Amino acid sequence: MKCAEFLKELNEYLDGALDERTRADLDDHLAWCHNCYVVCDTTKKTIQIYRDTEIYELPDELRNRLQEAIHAKCQAKKKAGPQSV
Amino acid sequence: MGAIQHQLSDPPSEELVLVRAAKGGDDGAFNQLVKRYDRNVFRIAQHITQNREDAEDVVQDAFLKAFTNLHQFQEQSKFYTWLVRIAVNEALMKLRRRRPERTVSLDEEIQTGEDSVPREVADWSPNPEQNYNQAELREILTKTIQGLPPGFRTVFILRDVEGLSTEETADALELSIPAVKSRLLRARLQLRERLNRFFAKPNSGDNVA
Repeated sequence: MKCAEFLKELNEYLDGALDERTRADLDDHLAWCHNCYVVCDTTKKTIQIYRDTEIYELPDELRNRLQEAIHAKCQAKKKAGPQSV
Repeated sequence: MGAIQHQLSDPPSEELVLVRAAKGGDDGAFNQLVKRYDRNVFRIAQHITQNREDAEDVVQDAFLKAFTNLHQFQEQSKFYTWLVRIAVNEALMKLRRRRPERTVSLDEEIQTGEDSVPREVADWSPNPEQNYNQAELREILTKTIQGLPPGFRTVFILRDVEGLSTEETADALELSIPAVKSRLLRARLQLRERLNRFFAKPNSGDNVA
């Protein structure tokens, strides 16, 4: 297997979506190709870091305000009836 | 016969129970759906619009639109996927309003000047994020992902952060499955490449010709 072929399968490899044989081929490639090993490992870490870090938190105060606004708008829409849809 | 069919089919998910109750006029059920998904919609809206005020508007508009059109939700996909599609459209409209000089679309052919082939292969320490405090890390991650085109970062966020499947992402963004897969790979690799300068071990760089 060449590095380009490995790269093509990287998504499925990281997502655990490969059949056993293809996965074994990729594992074999990773065992001797240091560059692909590093790309695979650091891509995995990239995903993990983004998954674990809340970049855009919704503070409780803002959350409550938004929920109230949504509720009020929905009620107004309901009262106005289907013509306003 | 009807009873047997009912027993054989899967019970409706908790989400679907709430959706059906909301369709029947139960406001409390709709409020439950808002509480369940408002954080997710806010995150997605922030990632697309990159503007806090716009993201707040998107959250309100998306839920109002979902409420108004709930009877049109056919239950063939998850409610959440349907809601995400509405939120993405609302967010893109905001973005277009902010940047009228540029066409903003998720399905345009994206030329970023960066291909998917890694140019720099440098090993990272085992937990590179621990070298930064929470605020620094957030800033690094925000700036890095903001550098990606909207079509890339949205696919990455829906698949890798929000946990939608490839099919659900394709459905929510009205993209083909191959387009989602190719964007996800390019987004993942580009983020990795851009994070190198923050997370690589000193002197571990190996430029790939």
